[in-house]
Amino acid sequence: MGKDYDDIPGTYVFDTLRCKQGFQLNKFCKSLDQAGNRDKFRDDPGAYLDQYPMEAEQRRMVEKRDWLGMLQVGGNIYYTFKLAIFDGLTMQHVGGLMSDMSVDDFRAMMLDGGRKLEGNRSKKDNEAGS
Amino acid sequence: MARIVAGVGCSHIPSIGAAADNNKEQDPYYKPLFDGYAPARQWIKGVAPDVVILVYNDHASAFSVELINTFVLGVGDQFKPHDEGYGPRKVPDVQGHGELASHILESLILDEFDMALANEMTVDHGLTVPLTVMFDKPDAWPCKVIPLCVNVIKYPQPTGNRCFNLGRALRKAVESYPEDLKVAVFGTGGMGHQLQGERAGLINQEFDQNFLDHLLDKPEELTKLTHVDYLRDAGSEGIELIMWLMMRGAMQSPKAAYRFYHVPMSNTAAGLVCYEETA
Repeated sequence: MGKDYDDIPGTYVFDTLRCKQGFQLNKFCKSLDQAGNRDKFRDDPGAYLDQYPMEAEQRRMVEKRDWLGMLQVGGNIYYTFKLAIFDGLTMQHVGGLMSDMSVDDFRAMMLDGGRKLEGNRSKKDNEAGS
Repeated sequence: MARIVAGVGCSHIPSIGAAADNNKEQDPYYKPLFDGYAPARQWIKGVAPDVVILVYNDHASAFSVELINTFVLGVGDQFKPHDEGYGPRKVPDVQGHGELASHILESLILDEFDMALANEMTVDHGLTVPLTVMFDKPDAWPCKVIPLCVNVIKYPQPTGNRCFNLGRALRKAVESYPEDLKVAVFGTGGMGHQLQGERAGLINQEFDQNFLDHLLDKPEELTKLTHVDYLRDAGSEGIELIMWLMMRGAMQSPKAAYRFYHVPMSNTAAGLVCYEETA
């Protein structure tokens, strides 16, 4: 069923079905806010991930560190960011990786006032305009 | 009688806390922000609230995907900072006001706002960064803090209108508490930002400035904003601004004492307003 927010470009609204789909993926990410778990994951990532029975595709996205892909299979940014912190990344690194920009370009864009709304507001408007 | 004497709207961007914790306030990147906070810090000293009701959201810290509550009120007497992946922030523990919080919880539920209750929970940057913004780095926070946690992560978040009305009920609850206490309400989060997806980094200054204009004088206009309005125009995480509406709902006739806006802080627009109650 289409939702009004599906028209927003480049945005994965964490709704109830996505929340349900991403349950194990997000639970895994969340576990990394305990130092002991971070150590265990560092020591043996495979065994650690085995504790969270997620879909094969979700596990692949985690292993590839595909930050955009994780959102597309039910991940939520506040959860996946815990994995990014584990990897030593900032939100600006992740922002760049999700939008296909280098971190330097992403930072420069933010210093310049951020990504503009124009052209990013509505898929429908973009199609009509092209 | 307890009274609501002030309201604060304040972004809770984690890098603000990290900058303060690492004494980077004078770095060129952070200086304009912290300079902008100085008048608010001076102002709150004059207000000297006994209690702050701090409306914030948890970012997958105390709460996780197992159980998602829309509104949670902390009735505990103490709340410790959460380890968000770097170890807990080295800021003072937050001292609650269990008695006032219990009164508020009961008043709200009897007023048909069905709050969940937390006797024990950790608090993350959503709560501790606004304390840093307003109170700098004391050895102990200068007032008690009642955490009011709102789900803004999972759609559907409560509507802005619901938050505004909950703010009104909060005022009623505070004013029916017999002890003489000065209470401030902080609504936190925002302003416009989007952390996720290909649209990460979106900032809409026009939306934010319009929100700040209307918040004081025409909040009813803002209560009409829908989820898709926020998600589309303020960015997917900009919907945190509904928590500022709860603060505004708790104020009857506010007068603006201060307003500050700065872009960017990390991936976000940082805003701050200080209101005094004149009623």
